[in-house]
Amino acid sequence: MIVELGHYALVLALAVSIYQTVVPIYGAHVGNPRLMELAAPAAGVQFLLISFSFAALIHAYVTSDFSVLNVWQNSHTAKPFIYKITGTWANHEGSMLLWVFVLSLFTLAVAAFSGNLPQSLKARVLGVQGAIASAFLFYIVAVSSPFVRIPEGRVPLEGQGMNPLLQDPALAAHPPMLYAGYVGFSVAFAFAIAALLEGKVDSAWGRWVRPWTLAAWTFLTAGIALGSFWAYYELGWGGWWFWDPVENASFMPWLAGTALLHSAIVVEKRNALKTWTVLLALVAFSFSLIGTFLVRSGVLSSVHAFATDPERGTFILAILALFIGGSLFLYATRAHVLKLEGSFEPISREGALVMNNVLLSAATAAVFIGTIYPLVYEAATGGGKITVGEPYFNMTFGALIFPLLILLPIGPLLAWKRGNLRMVLGRLKVAALLAALVALAVALALGAGVGAALGIAVGAWVFFGAWEEWAGRVMLFRAPMNVVMKRIRTMPGHLWAMTLAHAGVGLVVLGAIISTTWKGEVIMAMQPGQKVQIAGYEVVYKGMQQATGPNYLAERGTFEIFKDGRLIATDFSEKRTFLGRRGMPTTEVALLHRPLGDLYIAIGDKSPMGRTVRIYFEPMIYFLWLGALMMVFGGIIGLADRRFRVGIAERTESKVAAQAAE
Amino acid sequence: MTRKQKRTLMLIGGLVFLGVATGLILYALRDTLVFFYTPSEMSEKLAEHEITPGARLRLGGLVEKGSVKLMDDGVIRFTITDTAKSVPVTFKGILPDLFREGQGVVAEGRLQSDGTFVADTVLAKHDEKYMPREVADALKKRGLWEHASKQQNAAPTAAAASGSY
Repeated sequence: MIVELGHYALVLALAVSIYQTVVPIYGAHVGNPRLMELAAPAAGVQFLLISFSFAALIHAYVTSDFSVLNVWQNSHTAKPFIYKITGTWANHEGSMLLWVFVLSLFTLAVAAFSGNLPQSLKARVLGVQGAIASAFLFYIVAVSSPFVRIPEGRVPLEGQGMNPLLQDPALAAHPPMLYAGYVGFSVAFAFAIAALLEGKVDSAWGRWVRPWTLAAWTFLTAGIALGSFWAYYELGWGGWWFWDPVENASFMPWLAGTALLHSAIVVEKRNALKTWTVLLALVAFSFSLIGTFLVRSGVLSSVHAFATDPERGTFILAILALFIGGSLFLYATRAHVLKLEGSFEPISREGALVMNNVLLSAATAAVFIGTIYPLVYEAATGGGKITVGEPYFNMTFGALIFPLLILLPIGPLLAWKRGNLRMVLGRLKVAALLAALVALAVALALGAGVGAALGIAVGAWVFFGAWEEWAGRVMLFRAPMNVVMKRIRTMPGHLWAMTLAHAGVGLVVLGAIISTTWKGEVIMAMQPGQKVQIAGYEVVYKGMQQATGPNYLAERGTFEIFKDGRLIATDFSEKRTFLGRRGMPTTEVALLHRPLGDLYIAIGDKSPMGRTVRIYFEPMIYFLWLGALMMVFGGIIGLADRRFRVGIAERTESKVAAQAAE
Repeated sequence: MTRKQKRTLMLIGGLVFLGVATGLILYALRDTLVFFYTPSEMSEKLAEHEITPGARLRLGGLVEKGSVKLMDDGVIRFTITDTAKSVPVTFKGILPDLFREGQGVVAEGRLQSDGTFVADTVLAKHDEKYMPREVADALKKRGLWEHASKQQNAAPTAAAASGSY
């Protein structure tokens, strides 16, 4: 019964979302305030209906109601409780429901926190959000319902189980984070469409768009980092990024969103780059839609392609064409009504932000071309298959991101309108010196090639350079300690946000370069009692035992790890075979975190010469996660600060409204 | 500089950058593409001189039953087949979890002049349907495809399709 109600609520939500699209936008068009006012309550009702529907599906999963086809296909009674819940979105239908649920949550947030928006803008923004919801709800109801029942009498007693690779804490949180990022860009998209309809973009518009973009960016950063972390320890290959289509699908909106985050600053502070920012907002969400399409349609084969169905892909492609094509058409016909922008010298904060945008856009384009090229090639040659692999991405992305990293510490120190490059470089002398020292030290200690040393120098340059603005503000080493402490405490949140996020980028670069350059690797067949040396550690393979988990059987390999002849840890690597989906083993790696990096042990199959074992030493790999964490943390601090500034925007805006009323 | 001159300069700078970026992408694409072939396609391409031994490519098909052998030096030998043609493959390293005889696999590496394929990567990464998509498509073309999970799902799915809910 609950399942049927959930399905019914979804159909009602579709009706409400169509209403939420048509009525407020028409109201804004004819200038009828009573029609415009209906947008917010409609958003509230839509949220309630979708929440109920989502809760109904979770209920079916938790109670293992195998009369629901989706539950039967993806769940199992022996599954731990937490994975019964996360199993709800670890499949196609459920994840699309999660998508619209997150969308309705964002729409509700816009309705709730935008009381200060001009009424017509608010009505149009909510209307566009409603249109996106309508399309996806229609998709779910028409071809992708998670509520389909198996007729009575044929209901199986046990489910097929969830893909075991997905039964993991990091991956439980990954989809909601990622979707919050994807869907969060819909708000910037809706603001852009509304601005095109209104024919007006000003610094207030930039101020409204920024917090939503920052929120989406923060979620997306967290989502990508979680996914990468999961791939690192769960796939058992010791890698953390494979330039895989599904990874690229989430990386492209991130790159475009990062560009948007920066160009929106120029709109707010300088009232410039307006048409470009509107375009970026359209592009960032378009890539989010493309991301959904790539992952969900099965057009690209991928390590992560779990639920694929080309017929539904066609439907999503239609949604894609409608929103991307429609919005770009609107942009082409309406962008000229946005007034032209203020001027600035090439060497200025604006100039640096333009460079940021140019390089990020080019990097996005390079990733996009590499990702879809196999598709285009296949279509053009009638079935020819090619792979665009890591070398392509490393070459193009690397070349485009390198100048960006060089510029990263310089940009924030330049003044608006006209900057003094010599003065800025003077301020960055310390950072440059530190970067050179770090690179030299690492190169001498470990023997680096020119490329690796250069990479480390750039990473360290970004990391240390990011603190220059901060150090200048708190008068580090230039004022007594108590003054510095006071200045640290009172520093505005948005400066902390920028400093942490930029320093985080530096750490990610360092982690990426160090962990790939000095990665230690031993692959061999081992007999119980056999020893192997890696990166100064001695690993002893003790043998295999059988083990059982709540819903799996495992072969467990025991390893003892010695450093300087002293036992420092005993760790286990398992090969698990899950109930429900027979014959699909997963590898559970033994991970030992050490100050200089991770020791990573994964057992393979039996061989005549013993058990094959893969041992990696991943130096400084935690810089990657730490860097991502700093970026996310920076985003959160920025959001906390921004709330305060939205309050200011409210006052100035109401003043403007009051003046307009006079 | 006047506003107009500045604008022109920025436009030229932008175009130059666009040109450089496009050049880079095209160069990288030409140099790093890896083609995917089944054993039959590979022998056709060899006959047409479209590829020569030493070229980097991906070879996909089924692991022939009974062909997997572990040599004393740790090298693994197996045969990739699309039932029409077969190619002997050597690989040193750990095979992926999902590598099984009789199931789909993709090997990346170089073809030697003696006809052996020396793989440096063996991928058996795929969804729960046990088949890399390239391999599935290639087999479908030859009419050899049988959807493993379809048989498994057949009863309840058909039932659901015919019944109402």
